[in-house]
Amino acid sequence: MSQDIYVVIEHLRGQVADISYVLCAAARQLAAASGGQVVGVLLGHNVQGLAQDVAVDRLLVMDDPQLADFIPDRYQQALAGLLSAQAPRVTLFGDTSIGAELAGGLSVQLGWPLVSYCRSVRADDGRLLYISQLCGGKVMAEGEIPAPHALLAMVPGGFQAEQGKRTSPPPVETVASAAVGGRITLKQYIEPESGDVDISKEAILVSVGRGIQNADNIEMVQELAAALGGVVSASRPVVDQGWLPTTRLVGKSGKRVKPRLYLALGISGAPEHAEAITDSQTIIAVNTDASAPIFDIARYGTTLDLFDLVPALTEKVRQAKQ
Amino acid sequence: MPERVDFWGIPHTWGPPELYAYGIMGLASLVLLFRLYQAVSLWWRLGRAEKRWDQLHIRIWRLIQYAIVQVRVLSQRYPGIMHVALAWAFFVFLWGTILATIHSHFIGFLYGHTYLVYKLALDVFTAIFIGGAILAAYRRYVLRPRRLTLAPRFTYSLVLIVVIVLGGLSVESTRLAVERPEWAWWMPAGWLVAQLWLATGASDATLLDWHFGLWFFHLLSVALLFVTLPQSTMLHVITGPLNVFFSKLDRPMGRLAPQPQTASGEPLFVTSLRDLTWKQLLDSEACTECGRCQDACPAFAAGTPLSPKELMLNIRTALRRDGPQLLQRGNGANGVPALVGEVVQDAVLWSCTTCGACVRECPVLIEHIDTMVDMRRQLVNEGRMDSMLQEALANLGRYGNSFGQSERVRGRWAQGFDPPIKDARKESVEYLWFVGDYASYSATLSDITRKTAEVFQKLGLDFGILYEGERNAGNDVRRVGEEGLYEMLVHRNTAVLSRCSFKAIVTTDPHSYNTLKNEYPPEVLDGRPVLHYTELLDQLLMTGALKFSHRLGYTVTYSDPCYLGRYNGVYDAPRRLILATGCQLVEMPRCGDRAACCGAGGGRIWMEEQAVQERPSEARIREAAALEGVQALVVTCPKDVTMYRDAVKTTGYEPRLAVKELMELVHAAL
Amino acid sequence: MHIVVPVKLVPDLVEELVIDASGCALDPDTLRLQLNEFDGHAIEQAILLKERGGGQVTVIAPDLEGVDDVLYTAAAKGADRLIKLCDHFGQAVNNHAMARAVAEVIKPLQPDLVLTGVQSHSDLDGSIGPLLAGYLAMPYVGYIAGVTLSDGRATVRKEYPGGLVAELEVTLPAVLGIQAADQPPRYVAFSRIRQAMKSATIEEQTVAALDTSGGPAVARMYKPEVAARATMLDGKPDEVADQLVALFRELGVL
Ligand SMILES: Cc1cc2nc3c(=O)[nH]c(=O)nc-3n(C[C@H](O)[C@H](O)[C@H](O)COP(=O)(O)OP(=O)(O)OC[C@H]3O[C@@H](n4cnc5c(N)ncnc54)[C@H](O)[C@@H]3O)c2cc1C
Ligand code: SF4
Ligand code: SF4
Repeated sequence: MSQDIYVVIEHLRGQVADISYVLCAAARQLAAASGGQVVGVLLGHNVQGLAQDVAVDRLLVMDDPQLADFIPDRYQQALAGLLSAQAPRVTLFGDTSIGAELAGGLSVQLGWPLVSYCRSVRADDGRLLYISQLCGGKVMAEGEIPAPHALLAMVPGGFQAEQGKRTSPPPVETVASAAVGGRITLKQYIEPESGDVDISKEAILVSVGRGIQNADNIEMVQELAAALGGVVSASRPVVDQGWLPTTRLVGKSGKRVKPRLYLALGISGAPEHAEAITDSQTIIAVNTDASAPIFDIARYGTTLDLFDLVPALTEKVRQAKQ
Repeated sequence: MPERVDFWGIPHTWGPPELYAYGIMGLASLVLLFRLYQAVSLWWRLGRAEKRWDQLHIRIWRLIQYAIVQVRVLSQRYPGIMHVALAWAFFVFLWGTILATIHSHFIGFLYGHTYLVYKLALDVFTAIFIGGAILAAYRRYVLRPRRLTLAPRFTYSLVLIVVIVLGGLSVESTRLAVERPEWAWWMPAGWLVAQLWLATGASDATLLDWHFGLWFFHLLSVALLFVTLPQSTMLHVITGPLNVFFSKLDRPMGRLAPQPQTASGEPLFVTSLRDLTWKQLLDSEACTECGRCQDACPAFAAGTPLSPKELMLNIRTALRRDGPQLLQRGNGANGVPALVGEVVQDAVLWSCTTCGACVRECPVLIEHIDTMVDMRRQLVNEGRMDSMLQEALANLGRYGNSFGQSERVRGRWAQGFDPPIKDARKESVEYLWFVGDYASYSATLSDITRKTAEVFQKLGLDFGILYEGERNAGNDVRRVGEEGLYEMLVHRNTAVLSRCSFKAIVTTDPHSYNTLKNEYPPEVLDGRPVLHYTELLDQLLMTGALKFSHRLGYTVTYSDPCYLGRYNGVYDAPRRLILATGCQLVEMPRCGDRAACCGAGGGRIWMEEQAVQERPSEARIREAAALEGVQALVVTCPKDVTMYRDAVKTTGYEPRLAVKELMELVHAAL
Repeated sequence: MHIVVPVKLVPDLVEELVIDASGCALDPDTLRLQLNEFDGHAIEQAILLKERGGGQVTVIAPDLEGVDDVLYTAAAKGADRLIKLCDHFGQAVNNHAMARAVAEVIKPLQPDLVLTGVQSHSDLDGSIGPLLAGYLAMPYVGYIAGVTLSDGRATVRKEYPGGLVAELEVTLPAVLGIQAADQPPRYVAFSRIRQAMKSATIEEQTVAALDTSGGPAVARMYKPEVAARATMLDGKPDEVADQLVALFRELGVL
């Protein structure tokens, strides 16, 4: 048994997922309290050079053609062997379409308790605590991370990815693969349809309403969205006027969205619009009318004129990115 | 002495004319009767039973109003005059024939002046008929209004009846040309044409030959009319009056027939023609294809696939095509297109706002909405609806409102009033205010809802609301076709209402108003009235309890909500209130019982927007905006506020035209 | 083809959630339960598969308030067998315990396929699917939108963030975590549910004492502070822009 904190690095088609850095950030916090090391686990094939910036003390690499793609049962068997041998204190997974099912299966296979929807961790008097968000974020549950071993599936929000990065590559150890499986095989990947963006899947939405006044002003908002790395969506009047395609419509007759940031510019927050944005993590509203209902659902707001604010903001965002 | 002579001038070369004249007509009549029997028997053999024989005096009165005087037909000038000219001439010709028969076979009375007046009447109506026919031809072939279909069968009917009437005129004129009686002037049309014959200089013998030929031709053309009547557009002379006679008397417009049931008490869903009642089948056969309903239909105007006229015609086509097969082979008849889905497509049914404009216009009292809702029930039963409607219904089932919000926050808008708004479940109140979903939950409407409460308080009304005890009243749930859910909502509401003590129910929502007033079990109300707030305030205005202190001085127009105006006849109360607030009222071209629909009714507000040319609400805004000097469109329905405030923005009339709930005017003027 | 669909009832988030006196659980008296949304998709997917290829659908649910409605609704959609798990099912039951109990009920049914919702918002100790698969020793694939069956195999479409889809083939029997059925769950008219109430029967099965190991203990439950109205940012455009940039950083979008 060790006090190490293990992090299962998630990656998909040659790209380390953002959540992996969040996991590292959390792991650092836990390791500081437990007195162990942060150990990254990277499963895959031909993954040398991948995950060179994860903030781990050691990176265990299991390179096996069998693990070239994410096949749930093979990955689970490979991890089960490794984890039962190493017996880390806590193993972190992303609560994602990769991590969640590994963590669940391993919890049963290894007999180690599992904590899901974990948003944050902290140490209190030597005890390791989880903070999970339940009920769509409406309640938080806090408690001790079960000992001696536990699995944690984490959601983003509690830590920033930046905190889980390091500049120099971590020491790498290769470990033998124990991947077995066979009941699940990959047939093919299907690429997302190229077409317009799917606003229901975007993380950053800069949404415009009638406050934008005319089609020419859309460009200004598009620049802000580009600076933020997000896309532009809209309320109905804007789409009705043909200033943006229907695919960008948010609301009752458009799409339900759940971005991390929903920046509402000149949108009053009519229920037909509001009902579709309540799943957003943070809503920031810009509306000259202080009594606009959008401020009832927004976390932050300002009554500045959007035409004054947007250019300034675009500029500041650009600066911040450099 | 002038008198009517039977078969004047008809030679006996082919035997006695009585024989073959009556022979031909008898044969034609037999064919007609047989074919009519075939068509008519289809209705009751195929359709389900429905009681439409009661209250004969009212039915006969309706027949006089709608089939003989034709008030609905006359409500539009050109087509009204045109049709009445043809129809009344037809009645006169019919009576002429009947009187002639009585004269020749029973009691002779067409002598002397009686005969001359008789002939004069026939002659004058011949002229009127020709005038009507010219109007008809001009309209159908030159004006070509969109609502009319240009099909050969209309041309056939028009040509045939014109040929018949002209034939009759020619026969008469040849006789006059031969006889040249001094009383010829009593037959001005005939005498005029006779001058033409005389001008040809033909001998009497030739004229007699012509007379015989024309008479025979006339006879044959009438026989042809008889024989082809069931297939031609002239069938409406029989089915139209029948439909008027059998029109519904058992319930007001605002009450839908409950869902039909099978013999074993299970709900019956309309899947084939057999599931419609005979009256619903008759409806389709009665349609005159006049297109008035289509002209008035907001869904059609918007460019949706719905035309109430086509709906009827599609059912008729299916009835004639598939009816006999269904009768022979029962429901197992394969290859018969499904009534709901194929004969009438889903999208057609979902387009209807149940605004009632079609029902209001139809000259033969066809009941489009009842049939439409019956078919929607089948769609709901099969889950064939768009996802938004699905969600709204799921929310209504779960939370009792379409917003998907907890019923516990239904009364949230009522917080912070001093004195607090009474809970009608706990205290007895004079007026139980049934708030409705939109007024309760929609954030954009809460201001108006609060103003309503303020007005009620200022007027010192003893009122209360049901707070979380209220559920959606179900008006549109029922019209969407979800009868089971409707029953559940009624059950919930009546359970609460029956434990409350109140003297009247008042509501700002015409939809809730309609179902509470017309469809809820009568024991819930127990004789107590359901009032729209405009009715209540109007009463207070009359008694002097409501007095305004400001004159607003706006120029406004007013749009009657379908479920307040057309459905329940409340037209004057809101208008009196508007005037009392010191506003000037300018009417839109479509007002009162012809007011255009906002497009939200019948559950449409819960459905996905269809791709349309112009939303009904936008069309209405343009209509209002076109009025000189009008500053505001006044409405008296929460859904109207939602729809029109949206439309005034999308049409770009925003600052120029305001959308005001009448309650806002009352609040401001108080 | 026998498809078993174990479903969960979860708190309806439309209602205000109240923490109970102990401070570490939701107050069951104020809770209103509803079928977990994804389980609704799992039922729909099962019915779709049955409609396409025949078979039998069994729906299993714990005995909580409103469960009869859920089960009858499933029957109205086309489920053949309804099983209610009785005793021991308070709100506090964790998913490990639930999965163990459900596994015991499922084993004798010898299903070809087990479909569950991919997750629910109250899965503190992992979603049911992978746990159940573990106890049943079946393979598991989650985040599925689209299933087709052919001779002893399921071809599934697993979704990754950003829209990438992996088509995987799974040997049956297997457990699948459904994110979205091929078609959104259908609407069931009230009259249909009423009919199902008359014609369908709910079997009750008693479960032996529950083993709740495998999940974490909750020491404290609380609601995150949310300002009733937005926190207003004041100042000149430049100042507000600075505040916003700082906010963006905090939110991790910059
Ligand atoms: C059946 C139905 C379905 C609908 N479906 C949808 C839907 O899917 N999506 C949708 O969005 N709407 C929908 N609507 C319309 C909805 O009711 C509202 O009309 C619409 O959302 C309003 O859009 P908005 O907020 O952009 O415009 P407005 O309500 O006009 O709001 C504009 C806002 O911009 C502010 N503003 C103006 N100038 C400035 C400035 N210079 N700087 C900052 N703020 C400014 C104003 O204060 C105002 O609050 C639907 C309506 C109906 C009836
Ligand atoms: S009720 Fe209104 S919308 Fe429906 S068919 Fe008649 S006119 Fe058209
Ligand atoms: S349904 Fe009535 S109004 Fe419509 S076309 Fe037929 S007869 Fe005319």
